[in-house]
Amino acid sequence: MGKIQLTRVRKSFGEVAVIPGLDLTIENGEFVVFVGPSGCGKSTLLRLIAGLEDTTSGVIDIDGQDATNLPPAKRGLAMVFQSYALYPHMTVRKNIAFPLKMAGMAQAEQDRRVERAAKVLNLTDYLDRRPGQLSGGQRQRVAIGRAIVREPAAFLFDEPLSNLDAALRVGMRQEISELHQSLQTTMIYVTHDQVEAMTMADKIVVLNAGRIEQVGAPLELYNAPRNIFVAGFIGSPRMNLIEGAEAARHGAHTIGIRPEHISVGDGPWEGVVGLAEHLGSDSFLKVAVDGIGTLTVRAPGEVSARHGDRIRLAWAGKLHRFDAEGLAL
Amino acid sequence: MATHSSRLAARLMVAPSVVVLFIWMIVPLAMTIYYSFRLYRLISPERAGWTGFRNYAWFLNSPEFWQAISNTLLLVGGVLVITVILGTLIALLIDQPVWGQGPLRILVISPFFVMPPVAASIWENLFMHPQNGMFASFALGLGMKPILFMEQYPMASVIFIVAWEWLPFATLILLTALQSLSSEQLEAAEMDGATALDRFRYIILPHLTRAITVVILIQTIFLLGIFGEIFTTTQGGPGSASTTLPYMIFKQAIAAKDIGRAAAGGIIAVILANIVAYFLMRGIGRHLDA
Repeated sequence: MGKIQLTRVRKSFGEVAVIPGLDLTIENGEFVVFVGPSGCGKSTLLRLIAGLEDTTSGVIDIDGQDATNLPPAKRGLAMVFQSYALYPHMTVRKNIAFPLKMAGMAQAEQDRRVERAAKVLNLTDYLDRRPGQLSGGQRQRVAIGRAIVREPAAFLFDEPLSNLDAALRVGMRQEISELHQSLQTTMIYVTHDQVEAMTMADKIVVLNAGRIEQVGAPLELYNAPRNIFVAGFIGSPRMNLIEGAEAARHGAHTIGIRPEHISVGDGPWEGVVGLAEHLGSDSFLKVAVDGIGTLTVRAPGEVSARHGDRIRLAWAGKLHRFDAEGLAL
Repeated sequence: MATHSSRLAARLMVAPSVVVLFIWMIVPLAMTIYYSFRLYRLISPERAGWTGFRNYAWFLNSPEFWQAISNTLLLVGGVLVITVILGTLIALLIDQPVWGQGPLRILVISPFFVMPPVAASIWENLFMHPQNGMFASFALGLGMKPILFMEQYPMASVIFIVAWEWLPFATLILLTALQSLSSEQLEAAEMDGATALDRFRYIILPHLTRAITVVILIQTIFLLGIFGEIFTTTQGGPGSASTTLPYMIFKQAIAAKDIGRAAAGGIIAVILANIVAYFLMRGIGRHLDA
């Protein structure tokens, strides 16, 4: 079981309110991703749930029990840190067994669980090495191993992939998703990378300046962002936001069009190509459109446009309208 | 530093300083060895000729000698135990965020800046003196007899004074090591259910091993030669109760004016230091590797 409920949780460091008050429910078995720009309070929120920071006010419920003032070890949660925080002087086996040893578990049961975790994570051959002798991905797996042997109510991940190179990151992303599929345990995952959020989450919580901007399934956020912040943050490349006369024509203060919803060829807009990135599968163009400004365009496949070409664009797909406060209309 | 010629050039450039260092080391050592086999007494007219191993034999047969050896080891061992244990505890304490951390740390470090004879004088005359000392007036105030530190417990008093001087050094090294411990490791251990004591034992202490090794090695080098504190306070007495090997050599060289015997003592001290170094490196040297 791992249902976590936050009620009016506030956190201030001195005068600065990092989290000015927030309500959130995380259902049992959900994969929830906290996403937001640096300094938005997502790591602080995770540390509040873990018990590594004290709440200034508010209540944290874990499985219906008030855990606000419980020490971290008593909350039944396991955490994977950004730096992995492995114990450098212990072997992989001892690292993974450490929480079990601290819980006073019998040696035989410890060994059994460590062996099983090592098998799941492909670490069996490395059990007698030290963390210093492992690669980044292997260290990451040891950190996860140390978390899963405890059979916690929920896993907390604090930007666990940010120290890995791009290829490894994609691989570990899949491994963590598969782990969630097989364990069916609640996972809370903090990242600033919206691609990780979109690919892994059952539910994304978009945070900005300690406030929840929107909560929802990945495609919900993509298709129906509640405000300009979410619209700009979810989706890559960023949504084009257009103000002025063009927006007024659609009866809004600002309109947003995703780069993939603009087609090249015929259309009402004309502009000069600034930057053209050809990836083979996609082409990203930055086009200075007359009377509107620079638009990012994502065209599927290969497009012959080069820097300095004049091309015509058309809007083809969903258009997001926002009022002067930035809320979706 | 990869090619053959650049390696050769590097060796040639380093060579002069290596030669100077070698001469710097070998000349005094050779002279000491030379004198240790000579009859060379400043207060007697006979100060020429070889004596074979007689200077060494005198040293090894002297009743003072074995006491001096054991006092030397006691001093080194005692000070190491006190400074490492107390140093670790004080480092843990002043690593905590407190108001006035900067001045507090300077205060903790300051005994290290007091010159050894001054420190020894202060302790002897202001604290441990049986008439004027603070401990004596405490004892009198409680209706007890003052303790005669330098007479009854000379070795313990010297160890205490030297430990006071070296505690800041140990604290400083251990504090910097403590500050390099990642807080995420401690938090991870906390999440894993480790109590404060567990965290100290399984995370902090292993992290400090290398720093403790450095403290032990460096302090041993300096503690083997401790002289000023003994000279200022007990003068090696009463009798020879607090005579260490360096102090015994000093007595032969300056008090007895026997250069030959003092030189022999010096060579014995070099051998002792090498034995200690050998066992130290075998015992804890492996902690120095990354």
